[in-house]
Amino acid sequence: MEPAWVALGLSLKVALWATGIDLIVGVAVGFALARWRFPGRELLDSILLLPMVLPPTVLGYYLLVVIGRRGWLGGWLERAFGIHLIFTWQGAVIAAAIVAFPFVCKSARAAFESVDAQFEQAAKVLGLGAAAIFCRVTLPLAWRGILAGTLLAFARALGEFGATLMVAGSIPGKTQTLSIAVYEAVQAGQDDLANGLVLLTSVTCVAVLLLAGRLAPARIPGRS
Amino acid sequence: MKWNVAVRKTMGEPLHRFELDIAFASDATRLVLFGPSGAGKTLTLKAIAGLLRPDQGHVALDGEVLFDAEAGIDVPARDRHLGYLFQEYTLFPHLTVRQNIAFGLDKGWRNPRRHVDSPAVDRLLDALELRPFGDRFPDQLSGGQRQRTALARALAAQPRALLLDEPFAALDMPLRSKLRAELRELQQRFALPILLITHDVADVEAFADDIVQVDAGKAVFGATFAAPARSGPI
Repeated sequence: MEPAWVALGLSLKVALWATGIDLIVGVAVGFALARWRFPGRELLDSILLLPMVLPPTVLGYYLLVVIGRRGWLGGWLERAFGIHLIFTWQGAVIAAAIVAFPFVCKSARAAFESVDAQFEQAAKVLGLGAAAIFCRVTLPLAWRGILAGTLLAFARALGEFGATLMVAGSIPGKTQTLSIAVYEAVQAGQDDLANGLVLLTSVTCVAVLLLAGRLAPARIPGRS
Repeated sequence: MKWNVAVRKTMGEPLHRFELDIAFASDATRLVLFGPSGAGKTLTLKAIAGLLRPDQGHVALDGEVLFDAEAGIDVPARDRHLGYLFQEYTLFPHLTVRQNIAFGLDKGWRNPRRHVDSPAVDRLLDALELRPFGDRFPDQLSGGQRQRTALARALAAQPRALLLDEPFAALDMPLRSKLRAELRELQQRFALPILLITHDVADVEAFADDIVQVDAGKAVFGATFAAPARSGPI
């Protein structure tokens, strides 16, 4: 079972990084979508939702085109910094982050939209600047919705398979995450390993979903 | 307090256009804007507070210009030093009474701590008889306690005047007359000019040193942006 624990550790590492990136970018983009009116807002919202509906293999292909050695971004990274993303765990992080992004962004937008703008006006009249209002009023009131979406994103990132396989491949101990290790074990006829991996994955995902369920209702302290 | 307000703003979609065109001047300490719901009273109040940007006009209090479209002056709401009591009080639901009152004292990025130690907050808790409820959250308060908390929060910032949006509309009938008396007493104790908007004649009787009647976005008696109504001695 030792390879299973290695795969679990790698899966957690990739999912945590991906979720962390999604949290920062998703909250910023979700806030912009909720509060600012700009041309193409709904189009942007639809494009950001694409990772939820596109087959992961298609996403993986797009990623290869962009960050691959001959891709415009990947080529520049290699020339400028000597960075390779394909077949690395960092590549897996990028794949997982993009696949899980809509969960954070969508829930952040909904959470920000559910915050009554009058609370922000009240803070403004009391003398606070925009950044202080965001930190002290908007974010605390939207926090639970964002957190619930973030946990779903983490669960999705943990289970990522298609895009990750295309971008990062399946190198044991390096890029072979749990979900990919299951596939490899079944292909190789290692039923014992596959059973262990599947059980481990299921338990981890149930734990994350239980946590998400507990946080999901938009409850704020003092509210019953 | 010399109120000098003339604001004009067109709002809404072409088919549901609302034209706000209100002008008044008064030197009343207790000024009441009176009119039916939907007349534009709240919009006027928000324009004075800096929460709504008029298309044209000016807002000046005691001669200090807070907004002047032609001169390009628009003092941000946070620098106008006005207390604002929202109709639903808009207490921050994630903060206790104590934290709500202390909210405007520190303008940094972090909310006051749960047991914030501040003489100013203690004084207001006592003045408004909120001492026993300091650690409660807004949804654990009665309507009257909520209103007092909102007043204390506004007073903590030491505003130059208090803007009150239908302060009694969210309360039960029997509570209203009691809180009217409280608010009158409080206004006198803090010697604070107030501008109160209401659709209730009883509020006019209780508070108005001077009155501006508003209907359908206009101050009545033919007052417009071009020819502001002058009421009371100036």
